[in-house]
Amino acid sequence: MAEPVRADEPLLKTPLHAEHVALGARMVPFAGYDMPVQYPTGILTEHNWTREHAGLFDVSHMGQAFLIADDKSHETVARALEALIPADVLNLKPNQQRYSQLLADDGGILDDLMVTRVGAPGHEGWLYLVVNASMKEQDYAHIEARLPAGVTLKRKDDLGLMALQGPSAAAVLARKAPAVADLAFMMSADVQIDGIWCHVSRSGYTGEDGFEISCQGGDAPTLWTALLTDPEVKPIGLGARDSLRLEAGLCLYGHDIDTTTSPIEAGLIWSIQKRRREEGGFPGADRVQREIKEGPARVRVGLKPEGRAPAREGAVIATPDGREVGIVTSGGFGPTVNGPVAMGYVSKDVAATGTDLHLIVRGKPIPAKVAAMPFAPHRYKR
Amino acid sequence: MTTRYTKDHEYIRIEGDAGIVGITDYAQSQLGDVVFVELPSIGKTVKKGDEAAVVESVKAASEIYAPVSGEVVEVNSDLEASPGTVNEDPAGRGWFMKIRLADQGELDGLLTEEQYQDFVKSL
Repeated sequence: MAEPVRADEPLLKTPLHAEHVALGARMVPFAGYDMPVQYPTGILTEHNWTREHAGLFDVSHMGQAFLIADDKSHETVARALEALIPADVLNLKPNQQRYSQLLADDGGILDDLMVTRVGAPGHEGWLYLVVNASMKEQDYAHIEARLPAGVTLKRKDDLGLMALQGPSAAAVLARKAPAVADLAFMMSADVQIDGIWCHVSRSGYTGEDGFEISCQGGDAPTLWTALLTDPEVKPIGLGARDSLRLEAGLCLYGHDIDTTTSPIEAGLIWSIQKRRREEGGFPGADRVQREIKEGPARVRVGLKPEGRAPAREGAVIATPDGREVGIVTSGGFGPTVNGPVAMGYVSKDVAATGTDLHLIVRGKPIPAKVAAMPFAPHRYKR
Repeated sequence: MTTRYTKDHEYIRIEGDAGIVGITDYAQSQLGDVVFVELPSIGKTVKKGDEAAVVESVKAASEIYAPVSGEVVEVNSDLEASPGTVNEDPAGRGWFMKIRLADQGELDGLLTEEQYQDFVKSL
């Protein structure tokens, strides 16, 4: 869940807040921020536009921070972070990015995050982190409490972050910064766009090719407006961001992963590189290694309901003979699939693709099949 | 032709002893893109305020309440294949169901067009 927002606490605004309002966005509270859920054209149109052209998302609410080793050594900072996450940070190349999770001692997931080894000259021993908006305060406190002497966390609340996603994203951004055309998936570069310093990574959370672009918060409105002048680009709100990531089979923290789920149960073993699987040395390594060896008792699977009725978060998953075997953690209508899609956790014995299950929606069983994810094919630049 | 409204944004357009029930333009604009409608079975008896149908947008599911008591005598099965009609033409082709009124007197408790428009303006 997003962290509870106290009613008397004013909502925070991203540097692009005024742009959203001017574009006629419907603003909603999300993770303590006043965020655009959709623009006037609506979620379906925004979703499809992103799959067919390029969508521009404000993700400035997410937490951006640096982890810095005083001795300017990548090994120092990498080992400090490896004590908290199961990814191989040590062997990151300069400008390379990885997806990982902050783990609790029992192997539960405290948050998921992106880690990049900063490649800019003079920044040896720097890692760049992006964490979830709803979790950033807890994450920063957790990290700071566990850092060794000589490594410091530097919050960068003054930065803006936007994502440009979709098949036209590369052509659009390359018109302004030709260097980005050659970036491989999960690699980053520092570029100038219309004279604005930007840190660009070839990544995102829609399943499409695209970029995440970090810049000074004060520059964000200029960059946002400049990107929107391209006829291929339209602004996209949180509603379509959710349907896009669901079709891409990607986890949303607080829903598909949380402190009760391990990365192995969640199907995130691909984000734990071989050396870490073998060596351990991260919180919850015992559980993770055991689950790799023996298989977890339950796993996250894709679910394709028959018919048109969406099954949403919280729907019980049962076998056709009525045995409860799990729960839906994300579900809704997939515009690209043109039908309902869901994901959830089920016991291992019913997790095979093609297994017939029931999803209980408003008290009625809806037939569904365990389905391979992603529901919409990933189109990353490999 | 008389149309009455609820504060839950349903309308009922009276045709003889029955009424066509749907959601208002305001409601559809608030819901956003409708992707699924669950309709009651024909012959079902509903009481005023009962959940009579469910409308799902990309974001969420919302209940549609019966504005009056009565029997469901017809449903708009076109919505199964084209739920987006609710957004395109909520007062026309996007209707949900036809209810034969059990008690014409219940209509007096509903809002007139003018009262409903004032209500929406106050939101």
